[in-house]
Amino acid sequence: MTLVKKPRYIVESKCTGCTTCVEYCPVKYPDQFNQEISMNKAVHIYFAQAIPLVTYIDESCLYLKEKKCRICEGVCKNNAIDFGQAAEKVEVNVGAVILSPGLEPYDPGLREEYRYGEFANVVTSMDYERLLCSTGPYQGEVLRASDRKHPRKIAWLQCVGSRQVTPGGKSYCSAVCCTYAQKQVIVTKDHDSEAECTIFHNDIRSYGKDFERFYERTEKLPGVRFIRSYVSIVRENPDTKNVVIRYATTDDGVKEEEFDMVVLSVGLNPPADVKDTAGKFGIELNAHDFCRVGPANPMETTRPGVFVSGAFQGPADIPESVFSASGAGAQCGELLDHRRGKLTRERIYPPEKDVCREEPRIGVFVCHCGANIGSVVNVPAAVEYALTLPDVVYAQEQLFSCATNSAREITDMIREKGLNRVVVAACSPRTLEPLFRDTLREAGLNQYYYDMANIREHCSWVHSKEKEEATVKAKDIIRMSVARAGHLEPLAEFDLPVNKAALVVGAGVAGMTCALSIANQGHEVHLLEKDADLGGMARRIHYTLEGVDVQAYLGDLIRKVYRHPLIHVYTGAAITGAAGYVGNFVTTVRSERGVTEIKHGAAVIAIGADVYTPGEYLYGEDDRVLTNLDLEERIAGREERLVNARSLVMIQCVGCRQEDRNYCSRVCCGESVKNALKLKELNPDMDVYILFRDIRTYGFKEDYYREAADREVRFIRYQPEDKPRVEAAGDDDGRSVLRVTVTDPVLGNKLEIDADMIALAAAVVPAAATAEVAGLFKVTLSPDGFFKEAHVKLRPVEFGTDGVYLCGAAHYPKYLPETINQAYGAAGRVLTLLSRDTVVASGSVCGVDEKKCMGCGACISACTYGAIEFRETRRGSKAVVNPVLCKGDGLCNARCPTGAISLKHFTDEEILSEIDAAAGEGIIH
Amino acid sequence: MCSGRVDLKHVLRAFENGMDGVFIGGCRLNECNYTTHGNYHALNVVLLCRKIMEHLGLNPERLSVEFMSAGDGILFAEVMSEFGKKVKGLGPLGKAEGLDGDELRSRLAGVIRLVPYIKVVKQEKLAFRLENPEAYDDFFTGDEIDRLFREVVSYYIDPLKCQACMTCARRCPAEAIISARNQVHVIDQDKCLKCGTCFAVCPSRFGAVRKIAGESVPPPLPEGERTIVGKSDKEVG
Repeated sequence: MTLVKKPRYIVESKCTGCTTCVEYCPVKYPDQFNQEISMNKAVHIYFAQAIPLVTYIDESCLYLKEKKCRICEGVCKNNAIDFGQAAEKVEVNVGAVILSPGLEPYDPGLREEYRYGEFANVVTSMDYERLLCSTGPYQGEVLRASDRKHPRKIAWLQCVGSRQVTPGGKSYCSAVCCTYAQKQVIVTKDHDSEAECTIFHNDIRSYGKDFERFYERTEKLPGVRFIRSYVSIVRENPDTKNVVIRYATTDDGVKEEEFDMVVLSVGLNPPADVKDTAGKFGIELNAHDFCRVGPANPMETTRPGVFVSGAFQGPADIPESVFSASGAGAQCGELLDHRRGKLTRERIYPPEKDVCREEPRIGVFVCHCGANIGSVVNVPAAVEYALTLPDVVYAQEQLFSCATNSAREITDMIREKGLNRVVVAACSPRTLEPLFRDTLREAGLNQYYYDMANIREHCSWVHSKEKEEATVKAKDIIRMSVARAGHLEPLAEFDLPVNKAALVVGAGVAGMTCALSIANQGHEVHLLEKDADLGGMARRIHYTLEGVDVQAYLGDLIRKVYRHPLIHVYTGAAITGAAGYVGNFVTTVRSERGVTEIKHGAAVIAIGADVYTPGEYLYGEDDRVLTNLDLEERIAGREERLVNARSLVMIQCVGCRQEDRNYCSRVCCGESVKNALKLKELNPDMDVYILFRDIRTYGFKEDYYREAADREVRFIRYQPEDKPRVEAAGDDDGRSVLRVTVTDPVLGNKLEIDADMIALAAAVVPAAATAEVAGLFKVTLSPDGFFKEAHVKLRPVEFGTDGVYLCGAAHYPKYLPETINQAYGAAGRVLTLLSRDTVVASGSVCGVDEKKCMGCGACISACTYGAIEFRETRRGSKAVVNPVLCKGDGLCNARCPTGAISLKHFTDEEILSEIDAAAGEGIIH
Repeated sequence: MCSGRVDLKHVLRAFENGMDGVFIGGCRLNECNYTTHGNYHALNVVLLCRKIMEHLGLNPERLSVEFMSAGDGILFAEVMSEFGKKVKGLGPLGKAEGLDGDELRSRLAGVIRLVPYIKVVKQEKLAFRLENPEAYDDFFTGDEIDRLFREVVSYYIDPLKCQACMTCARRCPAEAIISARNQVHVIDQDKCLKCGTCFAVCPSRFGAVRKIAGESVPPPLPEGERTIVGKSDKEVG
């Protein structure tokens, strides 16, 4: 594969990201990252969290355009500017490719009616997102383009460019806009509690985990209105530049209303150069120009070895993208496992010197950070001051402490001056502490003998106009750091061996897919299933909306699992005990194989979900009332009574989106549409009704919704406070029917539908064993009773407990392709653990001084990781910490009455020494 | 380290050092990246400490806790400027409240000595997750704190009942019990954390440890008079 690397005109290894060049660059041009609302310079860092955090030079540069200027070269003290760079061709040999080109926001300029670019105060949601952001064009202030004033009254228009079959629009649902608009409303209200926010919407599609609660929270905010209406942007008030929009409601008819600002909730389009990408990689696109993916495996493209992740699969939010990113990685791993680790090199450090009996000899390095610190803080004065502090035997200034040569200088000085503690006064430890710790290791010192004084973010950057005070404060910060350094202790980070086997709990599609991917990468997998047969919920599903024959797929999957030499299947399994920690679990299982003690390094929880048994709508009383799953089984069996039915009514949201189960079961709308289409196929004359609250056929499923409507499936909206009623009755011909009464949403009168059968979209509920399994593996549950991932967006297939992973409906209800995305995603994370021989446990964990422990248990109840236990001794119960499970938050330390338990590296002694040093002379006036 | 690591002792130490204000910053509530939600613990420490400050005659406005994310730079700057302004407005610690420096120092030192005791007594409340901001102010009440300090308990070993069995001494987490075989045990009240371990572990057939609230502790037996004659050998066995 040949890649072209564009020139950055910056030597990445030399640039420290100090941004002095940006300050001096004379060229201002519209900031691309901030939607061209504000200006940036020709040389700049793309955005605040860019990786690497270094600048690049844009084509607007005067030198690149006219061979003039070169000011940046003059001001860069590290000689990092290089105008000699040219585009570089790089050839790489790869065994697999992952395409993740993302998406393009819909351009509302394509349709005149949105008046985008014409009316100053019509913005897109992307523009608005930047306006809300603290690194945005106005530092987090929302200002109108017309007069730079805060808008008070803001309208969001949903489905801009989505769910439209008219030219210039897209027929699919963009899947993320309902929730992002709600987020923008919440953040707007945080900024300005008086703001009036109105969302004009079609269906509200809060189908994701916790989204329904989020919707409810938004709706309940004062001054927030949700109005279901199509709208048109009518005119701009010539004086105020306010925007007038027209809309209609069933109660009030057509109305016009003026808003200070209108936000267009634009949809997600495929990347701009998608055809080119597809051509280059030899893959096919679907009807919407997103990637054509495997019907069951959505990370698969039409070309083997080329995978896809993220929104190029189709509109997706962050967790979905993370699933597929990790999942595509796992599938590359299956192809390339034989080459794993071939390109890695191991770092060798010199042996560590034992200096704990020596008196502290502290070295202080004060960084100029180019002009970032040096132009505000008097660095030489800070160095002078540092030398007066107790135990400081050496101090010097550095231009950039993080530059390679400076790091070498630090190691040299440690050796030459016999330093045993080091303080670097520079920037935030968040970014560079790992680098400096490494520097200490290079010099043979324990890395915990390092402390970082932040005199940039905490000082020079915020006090740039008060130079003298800033210098005083920098000295204070250094004094605190030095005081702490004197108390630092060497800590050991220890390597724990990793058992290379995995345990997968639950052998549905999620568990089996995950198990196969792990086993295909050379690891033994113990797969547990509570039932006698594998397959889980999928055994009751026969086809998907996209047309996959689920039973054939499942049969194939089960065969692969049984035939895999590395997968050990345990049916009729129950877990009787689980102990251990990351890399070293021991789980006891009773199954048809008898009682087995399984040792494994990782565990995946894939126990699926159950279906709610409705107590509503005569379910269980009248055998003509079914759940969606019952209906699907009868459709698959072509049951005569069903096929010949004259009329069938489906009722959505049975048992969820209500107080006791306040979430959307996500899959029911698609299931109902799927079944309705099948019924119409079997018997085109059948009257099929779907009674719904919001139809949530997000993404490409919207096409099937439209198809169903085209095939005259009747969709009738009902309100939660006025649910449909079902009773057994006889129709005019004396035929026994189920009479469904529902309020007509437009006319307000009662509609009576005589149905031969009723299908209920029964809620998906957490599996019965959820709480028990959570207890065994010490993982937590969400408010709705599903398993709670470590981080809803960033770590959606892991638990807070290391070494335990999650996939499938146990996490939240999801469709089959989504389950497969997440199952591979979990396999990818499992492999990052199992492919290593050891895991490193941090040294900054808690420890107990047993003599001081009174056995009160306050620490145990404070620890959510289950890292502390009682040990019975002759002197009573004593707390003992398992350092592997401890995450170093230190809550136990703050709760402990006697000071028996303490968080290493943040001990009371260390913290109090800083507090004392902060006070300077320390007097009460 | 989490904001929940902030100890009551840390805050009081800052005031003991003459700091005019203390600010604690934590992550946004309910947005914990881990499973701990330790910022609620920090909140409880602040709510408790503010009532203690009132009890000491200090203005509780000198202590503040705010929750924000790393992306809230502007908000952080605003909050800090506001707090800085407020503390300046309040004036120097103690002086502004009409407290003499020595008096304040000794009051603070007294409370710091009681921190272990406060943690024992308020253990459950300190770990509570207080979701409703309207409940913040009354979570700990002034009366509750006044009573806490009024009814501070002490532990005392009754020399007539002590059998010098060493149990309490071995179990005392603060090594505050002066003990030897055949010698009546004595609690060193200066070292004692008031955790109640001795009270809990003294064999019930002796019942020698007494919990005393609201009255002074009897003086210990002089060192020369602590020997138990006769039955100690048998008892200790």
